[in-house]
Order: sequence, then structure tokens, then C-alpha cells
Amino acid sequence: MKFDFSNDHIDTGIATLSSHFLWASALVLTLAMMSFALDLAGAPYRAARLEARRSATTQTQATADGDVLVDTAVATDVAPEKRPWGGRGITLSWLGTLLLIVAVVTRTIAVGRPPLGNMYEFSMVGCMFAMVFFLAWSLKSDIRWLGVFITGPIVLFEMLAAVIYYTAASSLMPSLQSYWLSIHVTVATLSVALSTLAFSLTLAYFVQNWRDERGEAGRERLKWMDALPSAASLDRTTYGVLIVAFPMWTFTLIAGAIWAQEAWGHYWNWDPKEVWTLVIWVVYAAYLHARATAGWSGKKAAYIALAGFVAILINYGIVNVYFVGQHSYSGL
Amino acid sequence: MSSTITQPRLGPLGTARWFWRQLTSMRTALFLLLLLAVAAIPGSIIPQTGIDAGRVAMYKTNHPSLAPWLDRLGFFNVFVSPWFAAIYILLIISLIGCVIPRIRIHLRTLRAPVPRTPKNLSRLPAYVERSVDEPADVVLDRARQVLKRKRYRVREDAAVEGRARSIAAEAGRMRETGNLIFHSCLIWVVLAVAAGHLWGWRGDAIVPVGTPLVNGQYDTLNAGPLVDTSKFSPWLLRLNSLDVSFEDKVAPTSPQYGQPRHFTAYTTVQDGNGKPQRKVISVNHSLSIGGNSVYLLGNGYAPMITVRDAKGDVLYQQETPFLSQDNNYKSTGAVKVSSLPSSQQMGFFGFFLPTAAFSDTLGPVSTFPAPKDPALVLGMYVGNLFPGNEPQSVYTLDTSAMKQVQGTGAQSKQPLRLMLKPGQTVKLPGGRGSITFNSVQRWAGLSTRHDPGKLPALYGALLGLIGLIMSMTLRRRRVFVKVTADPQDPARSLVSVGGLAKGEDPRLEVAIDGLALAVAGDDSTHVQLRTQAGART
Ligand code: HEM
Repeated sequence: MKFDFSNDHIDTGIATLSSHFLWASALVLTLAMMSFALDLAGAPYRAARLEARRSATTQTQATADGDVLVDTAVATDVAPEKRPWGGRGITLSWLGTLLLIVAVVTRTIAVGRPPLGNMYEFSMVGCMFAMVFFLAWSLKSDIRWLGVFITGPIVLFEMLAAVIYYTAASSLMPSLQSYWLSIHVTVATLSVALSTLAFSLTLAYFVQNWRDERGEAGRERLKWMDALPSAASLDRTTYGVLIVAFPMWTFTLIAGAIWAQEAWGHYWNWDPKEVWTLVIWVVYAAYLHARATAGWSGKKAAYIALAGFVAILINYGIVNVYFVGQHSYSGL
Repeated sequence: MSSTITQPRLGPLGTARWFWRQLTSMRTALFLLLLLAVAAIPGSIIPQTGIDAGRVAMYKTNHPSLAPWLDRLGFFNVFVSPWFAAIYILLIISLIGCVIPRIRIHLRTLRAPVPRTPKNLSRLPAYVERSVDEPADVVLDRARQVLKRKRYRVREDAAVEGRARSIAAEAGRMRETGNLIFHSCLIWVVLAVAAGHLWGWRGDAIVPVGTPLVNGQYDTLNAGPLVDTSKFSPWLLRLNSLDVSFEDKVAPTSPQYGQPRHFTAYTTVQDGNGKPQRKVISVNHSLSIGGNSVYLLGNGYAPMITVRDAKGDVLYQQETPFLSQDNNYKSTGAVKVSSLPSSQQMGFFGFFLPTAAFSDTLGPVSTFPAPKDPALVLGMYVGNLFPGNEPQSVYTLDTSAMKQVQGTGAQSKQPLRLMLKPGQTVKLPGGRGSITFNSVQRWAGLSTRHDPGKLPALYGALLGLIGLIMSMTLRRRRVFVKVTADPQDPARSLVSVGGLAKGEDPRLEVAIDGLALAVAGDDSTHVQLRTQAGART
């Protein structure tokens, strides 16, 4: 098999196989999303049962010892319940991600080049990156609470790819036949995957913050959100993800300019796609600034992060397809 | 005594200083960044004159009432409009005004010694205490090693006036260094781009196969205001052949059918008085010559056309470039036979079709971009080709002083339409001779660029990226380690470690815990006495 950017041997049989794997992955990840949702739905009941068990233990201990020590003893005695639906969600996520990886690999074999030539292909690869980030992170810490917020958007993007962006396997047009394709588009896709993660975290932050702002009454609403970290912690985590995504986007911008110089003779031509890449970059720079500006951290900064992700969605879903420019490679 | 509160009056200098402080504040920078993002958006939605003047003209005809307003407000030239310039110039001034004082302060910080250990460590945002089965000296030695290994700058204070022996350490001053490199590089990149506009130029030419291109002789030349056009480096390029291929291995209904696959130009170049060299130019692979870069940005067809007079003498023989109008290279062009008296000049105007077909609604069309079944479809005019001797495009006829020639026989009520296949010759009506379509040739659209700002901009951008990564990954932390001998048992000691961070630092507590563990000798039998997260929640 030949593997280069100007490959023009296409294996349509394997390409069809690849799209079946994509569908299978979307199906399994939908099941994962449902498991994660059931896990979250169970959170208030788990909390209530834990409370009941704790007070039961405290009473027996109190009568036995009648001592202050009880408090510390209880805290270690009452182990948290097992969360079967959370576990199933993680297992299904692994399976769905594996299917997605197979879809990407078979597509690569079918087209004999990195699968980054049109929107169908980079939606698929972007979803794969986001799932791999999520699962790698889940090995380090307990982020079952995040599952539904990740698998939800990913299933959405997979379906979007399979139904709307679907593009038959084909060779690349000349301006895309460059190793810059792998460099520029891979880093862009990684960065977008991280921004999607940050977006999910920001949404969770807004809900948590909304509950906090309503005090006692708010905490009674959406009880299952207690399974998620506090607003402050979500805010910090969003920042932690975005400070990785931002340098990657900066690199995307620079690599895109280098490539434009090679392909079109000018590194910056105010092409709609270039404009939007810059807009996204500037908005996230504003987000980082906001966090360091008195009176702008917290909710206002989170709004800017949200605006950044909206710009990404516009860049990806609207500019690629409807705007006239040199980046007409959506394959639609 | 007056009880009214009066505002302090600012003199002109005071007002200026106040204004400057506002402009260089973080809040203004944030506002200008958001404004820049919003202001750039119309430029991606509305067609821009500098990018595609044709689409702007079309937009103006389609939106006759809106377009004049957009035009007045500069929306067809967003990126050179005064309001857009105002935003980024203010941003750059704000940036310079913000970075210069920060550099001064930071240089002082870099020279300053590590500050002393404070009296009460437990008030710091992160604090840990441990008791260790070793004498204070040993523990202190280890603390010093651990901190140095982790690249902290270290300062030691002996036990004086009731203070325990302690080490103060500081890390991450490179964070601010990185941040300042990043912001300085932003300024540098903007200057480099500006230099490229002032001293750069671009020349475009349509070059039929076999024709030479001489540097400086372009169809259109766009030069910056400071370019000396008499000093172009002398080089010459000859286009030997052009290899073009289009997708034809998929079904004709596929959107990929007819998509371009390869464009390659084979050339011979000669630089100054050097030897001729063979070079290849393709998309993504430009040619460097004499400090310029030559790009292959377009291609099309240049049919070889011959016009003879009634006696058979050649009036016109040339590869005539036609400009493609759509993805299937339906192309338009003109033949101007100007070697005749001005009232008798002949002009032909029409289409070249690489794969000709005839549609009832659209007339002549092309169904594939490669020359599978090429044809020329031309109309004919007679009269003065150059009324008033004004410059005109070589691809269209100015027919204001010409008459269209009518068909003959059954078609005498309609304009004459000539249809030619390669090798065919057709007699022209009225004894005006004949026209021959000899063969299909190609042309390459070559663009020569000179941009002295591009490499400085690139290096600035890459250095800025390094600065950004430093600034995003390093953490500015201060750590204090205090060691006291256990009053009951001099072989044991008490270690307290406290830390604080500048700015965001979600991992400070983890880092302080880890440090305390390492200082204590990493032995799990040592009990951790107390962890306290002070100010942080
Ligand atoms: C062209 C406009 C600008 C861009 C694109 C930009 C971008 C950035 C970015 C991406 C960061 C985050 C990196 C970091 O935290 O070290 C940052 C931080 C910072 N910027 Fe800017 N900046 C711009 C203009 C300015 C201006 C005008 C000021 C001065 C008011 C400024 C002051 C700062 C400061 C103080 C930080 C550090 C914030 C912190 O400690 O987290 N920047 N800037």
C-alpha cells in the first residue's frame, strides 16, 4: 500500500467498513452516555443512603463508647457505595472509543494518507482525540461525573459526521497534498478536542454556580449535581484544560500561516477561515486576560470561554461550508 | 472649613497621565481584545475588495440599497479600514505601554534576593508539618538538596533572635520572563508584518508553455510604497511543460469528479549570469530564485490560433490564453487581429471548452476540466479594436467601435458563430480569410512574491510560542522550610513547610505536600501532623 499525500488509490470497500465502525461507535457511546446519566441520577439517593448509614453507625458507636473519638471512626467506616452504572459507562466508553479508533484506522487504510482531508474525516479524528483524553484522565482520577458531558457532545459530533458531513473516500486536492496537513490539522483537532472538554466543564460550572447563587434553595434543585465538583473546582479545571489548548491553537495559527505561505504564496490573506482562527485565538487570549483582571474572573471569564467555543463551532460548522474562501475543502 | 468634597483637578499633564494609565490597564487590554475579535467578523462575511473584487461587484448589484452604506463604512475593506486600524493600533500602544514597565520591574525582580522566611508559616495558603526521626542538621541538609534539585533558588537563614533555622526558596521567575517574551514577540510580529507591506511586492503573470517570464515584467504588479521597482534581481524562467491531472476514477455524479489532483510546472531558470537550471514548481512547492519565490497558483488553456488573410498570409499566430470560469474550465478569451487598418481590424470573442457539450439552457458548456473533446466557440467583430487607444484587457474585446459579423445562409439573421475543433480551419465570411485552431496548449499562472518581513515574523511567532508555553506551564512559587529540634528528643526534629503562589496555581497544595514528604526523607512511618489550607478554599 502506498501511503502519501498524493495517493490516488482508494479502497472503497474498506471505506465502507470504516463508516460501519463509526456507526457502531456512536451506538455504543450512546449507551455509555445513558449509563453515565443513570449514575448521576442515582447520586441523590446514594447521598441519602450514605447519610442514613452514617447516622446508624454513629448511634451504635455512641452508645458503645460514648466518646468523642466516634467522629473519626465513623468517617472511615462508611465506605462509599459501588456505582455500577458509572462503571458500565466507563467500560462502554472504552469499547466505543476502540470502535472509533478502528474506524479511523480503516479510513486511513482506505485513503492511504492521514484521514484529515475533509470535515467528515476530521470530525472523526477530533472525536477520537476527545475520547482518548477523557479515558486517559479517567485512569488518573475519578471523573465518572464528567462522562455524560463528554459522551453526549461526542455522539452528537459522530452523528453529524456520519449523516451530514459524510464524504466518500477520495484523493486530496493539490493544495492539501502537504505534510503540513498532518501537522496543522492534527494540532488544530487536538486543540478543538480539549476546548470541547473545557466547554463541557464550563457548562457544568454555570449550573453549579447557579445553584450556589441561590443558596439553600439552589442546593435543593438538581440534587444530582452534588455528584459534580464545586463551581470553584470546575472553574480551575476549565482553566487547566484551556492553558493546554491555547498554546496548541497558537501553534495551529502559526503552522497555518507557514502552510498558506507555501501553498498560496502569502502567509496571511484574511481568508474567512484565517479570520475565524484569529477570532478564536483572540477570544481565548481575552479569557486568559479576564482571569487576571480584577472583577472579571469567575462568571464573566466563563462567558468569554463560552464565546470562544461558539466561535470554534461557527468556524467549523458554518465557515467551512458556507463562506467563500480558499479553504474550500469541506468535501460537501 | 468647607465641607464640600472637591475632585482633585488634573492639569493637562495629569489628564494625559490618567489617560495613559487607562489605556495601559488590563481592563482596557481585555476590552480591546474582545473588540478586535468582534470587528474582524464582518470581514469574513462580506466580500472584501482586497481578496475578491469580483464578488464585491456582484454583492453591490445584488444589494443596491445596502451596499452604498457598507461601502461608506468601509465594510468591503474591513482590514484596512480606519476603525479596524484604530482598534489594533490602540491595542499595540496599550501592549507597549504595558510591557515596558513590566520588563523594568521584572529585571529588578530577577536581581533581587530571595525574601526571608516569614515568622508564621501556618498563615500561608499551603502549610504542612511533619515530625522526623532525624536531627535537625540532617533534615536541613536534605531540604537544601531537594529544593536545589527542583531548581529552586535558595536562601538560608541561621537561627537568630528566636527564629528557627530555615530555608527560603523561590521558583518560577521564568514564568514572567516567558510572559514578557510572548508579549514582546507580539509587537515584533506586528512590526515584521508592517515591514512586509512596506518593502514587499507581488507580480502575477499568465505564462503559456514555451514562453519566458522575465522578473519585473508582470501582467500585474502590486508593490509596497517603499519598493524600488528598478532594482528587481535579474532572472528569467521558461515554462517547458505543465502537467495537470483531474479526478476521473470516480462516478461522474460524485462531487469529487473533475476535482484537481496534481499541478506541476517544469521550468528552466537562469539567475543573473548563472547557468540555466531545470526546476519544478508545484502547489505547495514554490521556487526560490534571486531572493524571490515563484508560486504556481493557477492554470488554464491557451489554444494556438492562426488567422490568415484571403491570400493565405498569416495575420495572427499565437498561443492565446483563455481564463477559466468554472470548475470544468469553461474559459473565455479574445483574439485581436490588429495588424490591419483600424476600420478593418478583426476581433474574435468566445469560449474554449476542454470537454465540449451543448446545453439547451446554458449554451456551450464543458463537462470535464481535462481536454477530452476540446472546442472553440467564437463570435466575430470587425472594426476598430482600440478606440481612443485606451489600455484594455487582453481577455475581452472592446466592441464599442466594432460591428458584429452575421452568419451566412440559413443563419444570416443571427450573429456568426464559429465552432472549431483542433486542426480545423474555417473560412471567414466576406472574403476575410480564415481562422485555424491549431492545437491545445496550457498556461500557468505564476506569482512572484518578495516579502522581507516573513522570516522575522516567523521567528518572532515561534519565539513567542516558546514564551507562551513557559508562561503557561511554569508556576511562580515561594516555599519556606523551617526545622526545629524536638525539645524532648534532640535526635528528632520538627519540619514545617509553607508555600504561596503568585497567580493561578491549582496544584500548590499537592506540591507542598510532596516537598514535605521529600524533606522528611520520604519514609511512610513519619506521621503527618497537620495540613492546613489557609486562605484557599
Ligand atoms: C495583542 C494583544 C494581547 C494578547 C494577544 C495577549 C495575550 C495574552 C495571553 C495569551 C496571556 C496568557 C499568558 C500568561 O498568562 O502568561 C496574557 C497574559 C497577560 N497579559 Fe496579555 N495580551 C495582549 C495584550 C496585553 C496588554 C495590552 C497588556 C497590558 C495591559 C497585557 C498584560 C498581560 C498580563 C499582565 C498577563 C499575565 C496574566 C497572568 O498573570 O495570568 N496583555 N496575555
